[in-house]
Amino acid sequence: MTPAEIREEVLDILRDIAPDDDISDIDDAKPFREQLELDSMDFLDIVMELRKRHRVQIPEEEYTELASMASTVAYLEPKMKDL
Amino acid sequence: MYDVIIIGAGMSGLAAGIRLAYYGQNVCILERHYTIGGLNSFYRMAGRDFDVGLHAVTNYAPKGDRRGPLGRLLRQLRFKWEEFALCEQRGSMIAFPDVSLAFDNDIELLKSEIAAKFPGKSDAFERLLGSIIDYDDISDDNYAGSARDILGETLGDPLLVEMLLCPLMWYGNARETDMDWGQFCIMFRSIFLEGFARPLKGVRLLLKNLVRKYRELGGELRLRNGVQRIVHDDDKAVGVVLDSGEELQARKIISSAGWFETMRMCGQPQEKLEGSPGVLSFIESISVLNQQPRDVGFDPTIVFYNDSNKFHWEMPRNEICDTRTGVICSPNNFVYPGDVQLDEGFMRITTLANFERWTTMSDADYQQAKLKWYDQAVASAVRFIPDFRRHIVATDMFTPKTIHRYTWHDNGAVYGAPEKRLSGETHLKDLYICGTDQGFVGIIGSIVSGLSIANRHVLQAAS
Ligand SMILES: Cc1cc2nc3c(=O)[nH]c(=O)nc-3n(C[C@H](O)[C@H](O)[C@H](O)COP(=O)(O)OP(=O)(O)OC[C@H]3O[C@@H](n4cnc5c(N)ncnc54)[C@H](O)[C@@H]3O)c2cc1C
Repeated sequence: MTPAEIREEVLDILRDIAPDDDISDIDDAKPFREQLELDSMDFLDIVMELRKRHRVQIPEEEYTELASMASTVAYLEPKMKDL
Repeated sequence: MYDVIIIGAGMSGLAAGIRLAYYGQNVCILERHYTIGGLNSFYRMAGRDFDVGLHAVTNYAPKGDRRGPLGRLLRQLRFKWEEFALCEQRGSMIAFPDVSLAFDNDIELLKSEIAAKFPGKSDAFERLLGSIIDYDDISDDNYAGSARDILGETLGDPLLVEMLLCPLMWYGNARETDMDWGQFCIMFRSIFLEGFARPLKGVRLLLKNLVRKYRELGGELRLRNGVQRIVHDDDKAVGVVLDSGEELQARKIISSAGWFETMRMCGQPQEKLEGSPGVLSFIESISVLNQQPRDVGFDPTIVFYNDSNKFHWEMPRNEICDTRTGVICSPNNFVYPGDVQLDEGFMRITTLANFERWTTMSDADYQQAKLKWYDQAVASAVRFIPDFRRHIVATDMFTPKTIHRYTWHDNGAVYGAPEKRLSGETHLKDLYICGTDQGFVGIIGSIVSGLSIANRHVLQAAS
């Protein structure tokens, strides 16, 4: 997957987690938490969705890498480039 | 071999099941009763629908509000806000002999009531609000502090303390007399800061949504399959034996049957366990009216009454019921869209009851007692609200015996044991508890409990 595709996939996951939220104008550089009020349970969801959809494993101590869209895509790129 | 076996198809078990099935776990829910819902079930009698639990769903939040427990659980269960179809309360009341306090889903009403009826106490109430908002239910520091002491110090008015405790104890306190500070804060937020709502179709709508989703995700549900025993290999739980003798294996087990009840299934003798099961159980007198409650002068959604200035939250020991305090709820009095209404008027009155006495009498005495205490409960309630008795067309009543039949909880204790097990862990590896005895009670609370135990001990543990 290209970074653009990974970004699209993360957006899709966010849409799934928060069907009532508008995520179309998310700012990639800002933390998700500031824009979407995600809590720790939601971060678990992002991790679990990635595992369910793409078998990507993210160890608990690396959940912090998923803070913003930019950091998430950068972190996932090596793990998802061959998918 | 299942990934996870869940004991109990109440709110907490179903919620945990959905969460796990969603992430591909092979889950089986085992339920002893012939229907789902546990404490929050429903039945049909003489052509009418009755709810067993559900006066009101607490923790109301409008669509789009993601912060509170309701928003969080909808997200976790992948439900749209509309699917719970929650309609807000019309307004409720705490009624004591000389003072009453009205409240609704906007805290400003309660604030103004306190300003009017407890002059000079507004600042103290604001300070109390501050500490409740600051209370962190995740880190649970000072969870076990005495709510009575903290309220007494902060408010400096004994009557106001009793009046605030009354609805919060009624809707979620497993402990007699006093309340854990943490539980007080959780209940305060869920009732006064978030508020009451109900779907027009009652609890069956919520249950149908939960069970449909669970099945769609491939979850297995076995009704009339009680768990007799939990099997362990040294210190690790490995499976269960059903009432029928059948044996099932699982990598993990989550039990919503209660702490003491689950420990007994593991063969732990009661005397070796710390603490004791809860004792607070209820009767509920249900009256069906030939008019809308509003047309006979009953406007509020819920009235929490108490007939003296001291609120006694105790299991009745001299009598089989205690009707000095009670909850009066009309499911008609919610703001349903387009002025739709339930076909008939319903008045439900809940009062305290003694489990032991209700369950040890003969059948004939039981039938007699039901009639007697239906009358007493209603007579007690109409001291605080318009007398609706002329309009009654049908009645029913459930007792601690009924509650026990739906849940198997010791003593028919509605809110379980006073000591909560917030971690959900037990003496056995891979056996966890969720629901009432884990920490959160009520409909929303038990769903949150099921979700958090599934997250913490199954999903997170696997990553
Ligand atoms: C009269 C009344 C009114 C209430 N009103 C409200 C209200 O208005 N608002 C609100 O939020 N909450 C209300 N509640 C509280 C709410 O119903 C409970 O807190 C909640 O339903 C608890 O869910 P749970 O999953 O923890 O436990 P339960 O509902 O007790 O579920 C446990 C399940 O496990 C099953 N089980 C037990 N042992 C076994 C076994 N060995 N094998 C297999 N299955 C077993 C039981 O049959 C049961 O189905 C009310 C309760 C009552 C009794």
